[in-house]
Amino acid sequence: MKNLLLIAYLDLKESLRAKWFLIYSLVFGGLIALFFIAGITESQVMGFSGLSRLLLMYIQITIVILPIFILITTVRSISGDRDNHTLEYMLSFPISLSQYYWGKIIGRFVTVFLPVFLAMVIAVIFGAMKGAEVPWSLFLLYAGLLFALTSSFLGIAFLVSSIVRSSEMGLGVAFFVWIFLLSFLDIALISLMMQNRINDGVIIAIALINPMEVFRVAAISLFDPELTVMGPVAFYILDMMSQLKFVLFSILYPTVLGLLFAFIGYNIFRKKDLV
Amino acid sequence: MIEIKNLTKKFGKAVSLNNVSVNFNKNDHIALMGANGAGKTTLIRLMLGYYHPNDGQVLINGLDPINNRIDVLKNISFVPQLPPPISLNLDDLLSYIEKSSDTKREDIFYYAKEMELDLQGNMNKSFFKLSGGMKQKLLIAISLAKKSDIMIFDEPTANLDPKARDNFYRLLKEIRTEKVMLFVTHRLDEVESLVNRQIYMDLGEIVSDEKI
Repeated sequence: MKNLLLIAYLDLKESLRAKWFLIYSLVFGGLIALFFIAGITESQVMGFSGLSRLLLMYIQITIVILPIFILITTVRSISGDRDNHTLEYMLSFPISLSQYYWGKIIGRFVTVFLPVFLAMVIAVIFGAMKGAEVPWSLFLLYAGLLFALTSSFLGIAFLVSSIVRSSEMGLGVAFFVWIFLLSFLDIALISLMMQNRINDGVIIAIALINPMEVFRVAAISLFDPELTVMGPVAFYILDMMSQLKFVLFSILYPTVLGLLFAFIGYNIFRKKDLV
Repeated sequence: MIEIKNLTKKFGKAVSLNNVSVNFNKNDHIALMGANGAGKTTLIRLMLGYYHPNDGQVLINGLDPINNRIDVLKNISFVPQLPPPISLNLDDLLSYIEKSSDTKREDIFYYAKEMELDLQGNMNKSFFKLSGGMKQKLLIAISLAKKSDIMIFDEPTANLDPKARDNFYRLLKEIRTEKVMLFVTHRLDEVESLVNRQIYMDLGEIVSDEKI
């Protein structure tokens, strides 16, 4: 336990000093600042207004950039250390592989989750100070969704990092995973749906395997299901499942998925040659 | 102390180590030599538990370094050929070493001073920002402070000036009793005064092993 926390702490400190972390924090903090400067809380579009609108916009942008940020910065965690022989030296000390691996995951989780979460907290505090009503249910849902999305992509990133032999290869795989989940899967499913060859329910079920799709649908699940912005998948799911059930699923499923990937990654890391 | 039995390691179709058997006992101070690709580094990495052998066994004090890595690595100090670009600052790096291996910080400072390395003035600097010589001196100081029974040095003097080499050899002579010391080197003359056994490897096999 002592060594697990030590590795987590050192990884966290290392990340806080890294340039990518500065850019990462500035992107999410900057988004919130930009929204306030643009007066988004004062405007009303399609029934969204005030902090609800700001949080919804923030989460819609986050869904695109958070996964790729996590993948790119994390995928090099183990493979990069392996590439430059840091792993060889650091693991010459009596530390177990599980402490090293899970310590890295904990440290990296804190690093990637805190800036996106804190940016949202700052938005709420600033909005409240300006007199806007705080949509607490939306805030709590988004905090849970950010936690779940971070978990799932961190798990994927550590799995990739354990498998690949070089960090360049890791970056390539990470980019492919991101673009596949972001758009290719949707395009493929839409074309299947248009051909009417497969039952719609099956297509929706496949869509729901994608943690980014789950996040996207859950992010608008608290709003009126009649809204046109919801899209057919969200409409179908929210028609089929109660709101509460879907919210629970959207937080639990990506978290469990991330843990599963992380465990598979750990098994590969443990069984493969380390350097 | 170290028992290697019929050890074979392959990478794909390439055989890096072919049925190697050798023992290293207390007070063996070995120069491990051979051309590039002879299998020296592979042998060391198998001893440290980094590689899974295709065949054969490595036992360090009777323990398998993969299944008992913590107990095995408590007794091994390792200095790599090239210092890795560790981004931790020295304070964090020393914390890692102190906590993971119960090495005392004052011992690291003591050996750093003996190696003429100013640690105190560089504690907030990242390890990778130190000069090549400073990094190597620090890794040597750490390896000595760890007070292990088995010390593995992979060309440790590559970045050191003559004065630092002399300091390193002097310190090794002071502590070498009852230890296994393994020096991977291309030049026997560099470690001649320290070793009592020389092993030549070629194409993944030990081709000569003699006491000197």
